[in-house]
Amino acid sequence: MSRRRLAILTAAVLAAASLTACGGSDDPSGGSAKTLTYWASNQGASLEADKQILQPELDRFEQQTGIKVNVEVVPWSDLLNRLLAAAASGQGPDVVNIGNTWSASLQATGAMVEFDDATLAKVGGRDRFVPAALAAAGAPGEPPAAVPLYSLAYALYYNKKAFADAGITTPPATWEQVAEVGRKLTGGGRWGLAVEGANPSENAHHAFTFSQQHGGEWFDSAGKPTFDTPQNVAAVKRYVDLMATDKIINPSNAEYAQNQSVSDFANGKAAMLLWQAVGANLKSQNMAADAYGVAPVPFLAAPPAGGRKVNSMVAGINIAVFKHTRNPDAALEFVKFMTSDAEQVTLNRTYGSLPPVTTAAGDPAFAAPEQKVLQETLATTAAPLPQVPDESTFETLVGTAIKELFADAASGKPVTEESVRHKLSQAQQQMR
Amino acid sequence: MATTTVHDATGRDGPPRAGTPENRPRRPRRSLLPYLLLAPAVVLELAIHVVPMLVGAWMSLLQLTQFHIRDWSTAPFVGAENYRMVLDFDSAAGAELLHSFQVTVLYTVCSVGLSWVLGTTAAVLLQRPFRGRGLLRALFLTPYALPVYTAVITWSFLFQRDNGLVNHVLVDQLHLLGDRPFWLIGDNSFVALLTVSIWRSWPFAFLCVMAGLQNIPADLYEAAAMDGAGFWRRLRSVTLPMLRPVNLVLLLVLFLWTFNDFNTPYVLFGGSAPEQADLVSIHIYRSSFKTWDFGSGSAMSVALLLFLLLVTAGYLLLTNRRRNDA
Repeated sequence: MSRRRLAILTAAVLAAASLTACGGSDDPSGGSAKTLTYWASNQGASLEADKQILQPELDRFEQQTGIKVNVEVVPWSDLLNRLLAAAASGQGPDVVNIGNTWSASLQATGAMVEFDDATLAKVGGRDRFVPAALAAAGAPGEPPAAVPLYSLAYALYYNKKAFADAGITTPPATWEQVAEVGRKLTGGGRWGLAVEGANPSENAHHAFTFSQQHGGEWFDSAGKPTFDTPQNVAAVKRYVDLMATDKIINPSNAEYAQNQSVSDFANGKAAMLLWQAVGANLKSQNMAADAYGVAPVPFLAAPPAGGRKVNSMVAGINIAVFKHTRNPDAALEFVKFMTSDAEQVTLNRTYGSLPPVTTAAGDPAFAAPEQKVLQETLATTAAPLPQVPDESTFETLVGTAIKELFADAASGKPVTEESVRHKLSQAQQQMR
Repeated sequence: MATTTVHDATGRDGPPRAGTPENRPRRPRRSLLPYLLLAPAVVLELAIHVVPMLVGAWMSLLQLTQFHIRDWSTAPFVGAENYRMVLDFDSAAGAELLHSFQVTVLYTVCSVGLSWVLGTTAAVLLQRPFRGRGLLRALFLTPYALPVYTAVITWSFLFQRDNGLVNHVLVDQLHLLGDRPFWLIGDNSFVALLTVSIWRSWPFAFLCVMAGLQNIPADLYEAAAMDGAGFWRRLRSVTLPMLRPVNLVLLLVLFLWTFNDFNTPYVLFGGSAPEQADLVSIHIYRSSFKTWDFGSGSAMSVALLLFLLLVTAGYLLLTNRRRNDA
């Protein structure tokens, strides 16, 4: 009797152990072919807000096709790690959102369904998508590893009242003007500009734009890093100098990584903000749409030789399908639904982003002043981040180096050409 | 669970009487019981520790990046190359590892040392009964009972420069500091990390020492008092020597926990800690998961494991020898 009990006990313990060990494998799509798991990136004011925005659309998809979609909204700070874990383990969601700059990095893992012409045809064909947005969905010369879902670009947001009070009539068009205007606007608890100094991705995006304007590149044509070139040193120094020497950024911004700079702008603690399609977020923080103006990101007044007229990355969110999905057809059906005209208009209008789908781009919903500026930027002066497998590593390393430089500037340590070069060299040597 | 089963088994057969003839044939079968009981633990140990450790050691010999992570067995074998890279302290990768190693050693020494001093002091002071002792004891143990994430994220709010309570108290109320200092970036980040670490780990020291103090017979103190020994003399000649076995284990456990601490810096600073507080655990995490170089990340982990094994073995040898000498 006791031995049998012991055997049962042992078996129970072992069963429990094996259950714990495979805890991650209970794929909800396992049983029926009618359920998909979708990891959405955080686009709205909060994870919960995103879920509320997406759920009615997912319900509509289920009504149309009978395919149920379980959505999980993943914060940006976790998303790349989670995607990587899913790619490595072959376990995880069927459909995911990815930051478009990671496309080539994730493509290199070989875990994503490639959108060759046959696959693209299943979601409406290559011609449905804005070419620049599709170009930022995978390595050059290879079929995209995703298709674009939301398009974004950086712009300069400014507080109209603060500008009017200071007697400034036009938004700054050069960095020199930003510094000058910023100094006028700084004081009495308000600062000229707010930045997200401790957020590596934000820093890396600005590093890209400033580098382009200074005639620099972060990778050479062979995909090898060129972080510490004089152009990149000058570019990063120009950006950090907005805090270090121009002193138009609150030193506290050096520890911002949770979008506090958006709140500072919404609350009037900062007069300017560099951000991508932030209108919906500002609205949720009670800043009315007529309280701020939107202008293109400034350029250098006197660009050096080779300097390019680029003032934003081609920013955006893509939608991708994991190869490990058990329902590839259902997953592609869902991608087709999300990139359909109706969904593109609904979702992009809610998020304040732009549809990367040609037939939806003309909708009057995207004629607001903010969207006009973003559209104009994307059409004329935006460039894609280098689509190389090491792109996500570049964001981490260079973004972190700039975080350190902001920390130096905030605590009063000098930020010199030498210190910038040193940090960038260190970052470059971390690359293999 | 295990104890119940043992109780059942022995309860039915009565207390084991090894010498009696009727029990003898049963002995070999009953001696299987301990192994059976151990089996689940062995299986779990293999699955959770041994196999992943071996896989990690194997990975450290591969050039494992995003290109091969999906099927890591196809990653090119590079032998000791990863070790050469991370242990070459003249290269950037090696220099950064050395730096974070030094930070970690300093962090561990300070955190373990201060946690131990605080815990011991509190335990000794609370040894004699007085009104409110129970309440104080419970209060002291709170940090130990709180979930790590909640506690550390609260600290990260407290340490914020503009809105944090720490600066509010130090600058606005006590006027101890002029300029509002940063705590989560720059030089002070080490102090912030250390503060949270000590806050988290001293209650454990307190708990262990308090338990150890219960085991010291009261007559030792009485005899010491008769000999005219004062508080300090009693502490030095009775309390500390009697606590020695407890302290040996306590310090070793605290050392291992603190050296490998990942939660505190990760929750406090996020994935990219300031260089002044860049602990080895965070450094390895960044190499592996942020820059997608799992080969060298594994190499660093293996090197760290060897270091900790060496230190632990040395510590145990040293303390054992002393005990034998005594």
